[in-house]
Amino acid sequence: MITRGFTGRRPTDDSSQRLPPGQYREEGFPVLAKGPTPRVDLATWAFTINDGPRPLVRWNWSEFMALPRTTMTRDIHCVTKWSKFDTEWEGVTVDDLFAAASITPPTEYLLALSYDGYDTNMPVADLVGGKAMVATHFAGEPITAEHGGPARLVVPHLYFWKSAKWIKGLRFTVRDEAGFWELRGYHMYGDPWREQRYTNDP
Amino acid sequence: MTATAAGVGASAWREAVIERIERRTPRVVSLFLRAPLEPSEAGQHVDVRLTAPDGYQAQRSYSIASEPGAPLIELAVERLENGEVSSYFADIARTGDTIELRGPLGGHFIWRPDDAGPLLLVGGGSGIAPLMAILRHRARTAPSTRTLLVYSSRTWDEVIFRDELIETDARDASLDLVLVTTRDRPRRPHDLARRLDRDALHEILDRWSENPAHAFVCGSTPFVEAIANALVDEGVRADRVKTERYGGIG
Repeated sequence: MITRGFTGRRPTDDSSQRLPPGQYREEGFPVLAKGPTPRVDLATWAFTINDGPRPLVRWNWSEFMALPRTTMTRDIHCVTKWSKFDTEWEGVTVDDLFAAASITPPTEYLLALSYDGYDTNMPVADLVGGKAMVATHFAGEPITAEHGGPARLVVPHLYFWKSAKWIKGLRFTVRDEAGFWELRGYHMYGDPWREQRYTNDP
Repeated sequence: MTATAAGVGASAWREAVIERIERRTPRVVSLFLRAPLEPSEAGQHVDVRLTAPDGYQAQRSYSIASEPGAPLIELAVERLENGEVSSYFADIARTGDTIELRGPLGGHFIWRPDDAGPLLLVGGGSGIAPLMAILRHRARTAPSTRTLLVYSSRTWDEVIFRDELIETDARDASLDLVLVTTRDRPRRPHDLARRLDRDALHEILDRWSENPAHAFVCGSTPFVEAIANALVDEGVRADRVKTERYGGIG
């Protein structure tokens, strides 16, 4: 349906190739979170991988920082419609986390768990093969608390709510269990290129 | 799914007719839309989609300012500099035009009449919109819930919904309203003319002398960040502070 009088401001050619449907390019870095920014103390910070209730591995901050590190430059897409190009993250890929703990994923799904009680679900396949990391640095600097520091998940090929801030662990689940936003009207998978924003989007 | 999740059909795009456009402030207009959407809950948003003749589309999210169940959906749209969609609404849209809408959306930033009081609402600028839906809903469904609205604007003329807020404050004994202006003088006895920071919030909460059971904070990212952190320092449980941050462009 054409909107009378609307012409729009089209992105440049480079942008339009890189912008998923319904997104616009943002130069800043907006913040989206359900509540206050939690305070996470590095002295007690830990990252745990669980198979259901059973812990498989646990790293404290200094152990985590000693794991192999990778940088990853990617475009990111928030469901609130902004996209940001060429964001540079540094941290530990999920492949390297699994390798360091000799983990073969026991199930096909997992939940990323955060210090503020947030969680979000995704298939394990979307975190491996170099597609995702637990990042501690953004643009060369430690990630600030409001952007999810000290550590956040980065899964850039899915809408950014999947990239859980203030992450404290991963938990393998037998089924694809809905996380915080997925229980509140947002899509179970969240592919920006298929515009899977809300529950009933195809 | 929870009862709050977007229901079946909330994802579908619907045609919405602009029944009325009302200027609220020099930079804000309210659009009143007739659209076949399911009833909203107080605090939810809709997505808006505009389409150019060549098929190019732009989408934005806007909080619903009208009360759940109101015959027309009210969106308060602030004209942003270079705002692709907001400038369309400010300069081009007129009564009778049709746009596309989907929703209501969002299952977290929601107030319900049976939520325990006291209720604290803190808004900055156009962040008043979803709080307005909450206030209007509360006035009809839970008028005895002790409520404080702290609303920060740059100037007196930029206080969106100013007349309605002041009238509601005057006739509602369980509602307190503090208008904060960052670049203007205070107009009413308990209003403040300063930045709404930690100290100002402390002073306001001290005078109110209630412990909020639920708090809703909406505004720009730095505003929400500062207020939400300050509320936790004031002893409000972090899981009772719900936030909505506006990205600030579009």
